[in-house]
Amino acid sequence: MKSYTLFGWLTFLSFLTSCAQENTPPIQTPTTIDYTYEMVVDGIDIPWGMAFISTDQLLVTEKSGVLYLVTKGVKKEVKGLPSIYVRGQGGLLDVALGPDFENTKRLFFTAAVNTEGGKGGNTALYSAILKDNVTLEDVNLLYKAVPNTKTAQHWGSRIVFDQEGHIFFTIGDRGNREVNPQDLSRDGGKVYRLNLDGSIPNDNPFVGQDNTKEAVYSYGHRNPQGMTVHPKTGVIWAHEHGPRGGDEINIIQAGNNYGWPEITYGINYSGTRITNKTRLPGMEQPYYYWVPSIAPSGMAFGSNAYPEWEGNLFVGSLHFEYLERLVIKNNTVVKREKILEDIGRVRNVVTGPDGLLYLGVEGKGILKIVPKG
Amino acid sequence: MKPIGLLATLAYTLLLTVLFQGKPLQQSIEDGALIYQDFCLQCHQSKGQGVPGSFPPLAESDYLKNNLIQSIQGVKYGMRGPIVVNGIPYDKLMAPQGLDDEEVADVMNYILNNWGNSAPAAITEAQVRAIERP
Repeated sequence: MKSYTLFGWLTFLSFLTSCAQENTPPIQTPTTIDYTYEMVVDGIDIPWGMAFISTDQLLVTEKSGVLYLVTKGVKKEVKGLPSIYVRGQGGLLDVALGPDFENTKRLFFTAAVNTEGGKGGNTALYSAILKDNVTLEDVNLLYKAVPNTKTAQHWGSRIVFDQEGHIFFTIGDRGNREVNPQDLSRDGGKVYRLNLDGSIPNDNPFVGQDNTKEAVYSYGHRNPQGMTVHPKTGVIWAHEHGPRGGDEINIIQAGNNYGWPEITYGINYSGTRITNKTRLPGMEQPYYYWVPSIAPSGMAFGSNAYPEWEGNLFVGSLHFEYLERLVIKNNTVVKREKILEDIGRVRNVVTGPDGLLYLGVEGKGILKIVPKG
Repeated sequence: MKPIGLLATLAYTLLLTVLFQGKPLQQSIEDGALIYQDFCLQCHQSKGQGVPGSFPPLAESDYLKNNLIQSIQGVKYGMRGPIVVNGIPYDKLMAPQGLDDEEVADVMNYILNNWGNSAPAAITEAQVRAIERP
């Protein structure tokens, strides 16, 4: 009996230490701060997505279902959105200008919607034309994840493009990890790839397979709310929320399985185990993982507007309420630093046309980081 | 259970439903537990303890006890601005969660009947429906 108790305690202790152990490198507070911030626009509760038309003009999504056009700090609502299903973590999500926006005024956005009736909702991708900067026209549903469910959790979503005419977007596992992320016949827990007209590219990794969502590009994701294209390599970087611990940065490549929930560096919110496996054959290891969780949202690479930060990766932290700067050398995260500590829940970070970092901060709006002197 | 007992239970449940235009409190609390886990737990934590300074506690919260209507309003429509809970100031945004009136009642009943809280009376769907924007 006694040895059982001891064994139990030892198991418990090793479990605690294995999960509570912080991943390196530890986050630092900068010793010198040679930057400050300026508000760009205020009064936006949850500024989820940002898309720059010019340095002075950008589109901003507010999760509750409002699209704003912000011109020199003044916001104006753009009408014409479809009906948005606002529930839990779902609502109006990311927005991006199409690669041909200058000529066509075509933009793309992701949102939680219920287009079929019945209960609940799921994430969808739309295209639309921005008409005279005041309204959306030709609103086109390009992809709608199914089924609709009423669960609050994990809708994604971020949008990026490659140089070859494809759009990539993310949808979270919709709180149904045992069913969705590893099943290619189901939506959720995936990165998707489409042509700009919504058709499925012939060279998508799972095209032609039976009973498969052919729009899927990679799978085994939990809830990706950050995705960006590396400015030099063109490679797609994404991150995703882990459970308690185990937020991940991943390099997104065709057909890859990123392992959720078969492998993870995190545990349940309640403290219980999800799995004791952190690696399995056929599943990708994260490029980097966070323990404890920072609750990452938004992702951008630093430009030469900040000489010291060029090529660094910037990630918003909802939980710790700072922007995280990650210095990468030889494919390894060698340094992590808090930028704008206690600024608020950082929902998004984007590099603007002027090379500056623009942050969407909950309860505030959009601000930009300006180098001093 | 004997058939007659089952019938009586059914009749009683039906009577309660008709009388109170809502479900039994115990059922409401159970449904509210699921809503809580899905919508609230990440910020307010598994035992309603919150995160001091960031997310106010719901367990033995003086704010909840003294501001029941405002609390229901907050769950229904979202909440903003400074409040003080058990002596600690909070000034965050709680976005509206998109719950329907029945779900708001359920999650309130779950919160008000757990973690040392004592509910004044069951919150009903009709009561939530009547609460307007602040």
